[in-house]
Amino acid sequence: MSQDFKRRTIVNWLLGGGVIAWLSAIFFPVLKYLQPPSIPEAVVSSVKAATVNELANNSSKIFKFGNKPGLLIKTPAGEWRAFTAICTHLDCIVQYRDDLEHIWCACHNGHYDLQGRNISGPPPRPLEEYDVNIQGKDVYVSKRT
Amino acid sequence: MKESILSWLKNRYPVDSVTEFAQKKKVPLFQGTIWYYFGGITLFLFLIQVATGILLLFYYRTGADQAYESVKFLMTKVHFGWLIRSIHSWAANLMVLSAFIHMFSVFFTRAYRKPRELTWITGMVLFLLAMAFGFSGYLLPWNELAFFATKVGTDIVGAVPFVGDFLLTLLRGGSDVTGATLSRFFGFHVALFPGIFTLFLVIHLAFVQVQGMSKPIGAKEEELKTMPFFPNFVLRDLLIWLIVLNVLAILAVFFPWELGAKADPFVPAPAGIRPEWYFMFMFQTLKMLPAHIAGLEGETVGVMAFAIAGIFWILIPFFDRSSQRGHKSKLLTYIGIIVVIFILVMTILGYTLS
Repeated sequence: MSQDFKRRTIVNWLLGGGVIAWLSAIFFPVLKYLQPPSIPEAVVSSVKAATVNELANNSSKIFKFGNKPGLLIKTPAGEWRAFTAICTHLDCIVQYRDDLEHIWCACHNGHYDLQGRNISGPPPRPLEEYDVNIQGKDVYVSKRT
Repeated sequence: MKESILSWLKNRYPVDSVTEFAQKKKVPLFQGTIWYYFGGITLFLFLIQVATGILLLFYYRTGADQAYESVKFLMTKVHFGWLIRSIHSWAANLMVLSAFIHMFSVFFTRAYRKPRELTWITGMVLFLLAMAFGFSGYLLPWNELAFFATKVGTDIVGAVPFVGDFLLTLLRGGSDVTGATLSRFFGFHVALFPGIFTLFLVIHLAFVQVQGMSKPIGAKEEELKTMPFFPNFVLRDLLIWLIVLNVLAILAVFFPWELGAKADPFVPAPAGIRPEWYFMFMFQTLKMLPAHIAGLEGETVGVMAFAIAGIFWILIPFFDRSSQRGHKSKLLTYIGIIVVIFILVMTILGYTLS
């Protein structure tokens, strides 16, 4: 009896283990398939975002920083500022409001000041700020290291 | 002719038992009989979605550089293309509305009580799938509003603890909302969801046939007035379906669905952007939460709260002991009323607050 029981237990374990292995052999490829392969992108650390005369004071433009949008601002005082244009709340693209003289996200009414600090609404973190360098007539934006 | 066909069938299939079964089914007549129509209305609208969806598939092309253009072509060049798309959009909204009414009427009449717990659970699965249909279908025209709605919606999924990042990548087909996301959503919307939905719909309806119509809680069997389901109630169902079809036609023709501007990942979100109305209450709640609650990010807390509330709602038949004993608990009625008021107030705020 106890001999039987032991045999049955071993057989159950073997069968159960076999079924689990079989199921994992099916689901592992499916799960891996669903995760898209990461395509290596050329790391962009600096781009030409605008020309010096392109923006008036208290205006802005969205520029391409690699495959992500960036926001270049010329403040009312005439200073250049650049940030990521991606809202830290839920991934929307922010814009510069010349009437408020700061940065605003339309999706959930988040506000950031001209230093990129989240000052009201739901954004949890400041916007990442980039360095702006003027070289001749061109405005270059680069990631801070 | 009719006789010979019928006898041919009777010799092969148990036709008599089917007709007998159809004659047995009764619909209770009382103050709440009106609520018995909304399941059928939801079903009717789903059938319209299947028909118009298949028609749209004949012209729709997926892909970031083709989707918007193909919908534009469909709406401007294809005969009645604007009408088919408009019906599909409007029927989607009416279907969700009708499902909401169906769900809350079942909740307040306690029709989910023993022995119908699984009918409620399959119904909730269908309801969540209807929302998923709405969310995935919304992106397919690849317009500006849909693009940002999808960015926000999938980012909210990313706020789920532990598995958020995995789910986000799974949904977006990468780290950003791109053409890969569109391909995935297309697959969800036209293949995966319809398959699962059909399966659960069959189960949901089979349960209703097997257990019959639920009776009002606390009613005495002998005092209850009833109406035969077939043909009396079915004919009334058909009349309501006809009325719904007319309402749908009026909405689709006089308020045709807009296409808007093409999605551009390098343009700021437009002012006044908002989700579809049935996501509005969640959207508005997330908007009102502070950035940090108890050391966690606001939306993580909000998303978890909605998830827990949803799970509680799905498992209501098992919590509600008093309905199993044949009376309504006042507490649950109040909870239901609070939920309805919360949804209504948040939705209204979403449309009125700037």
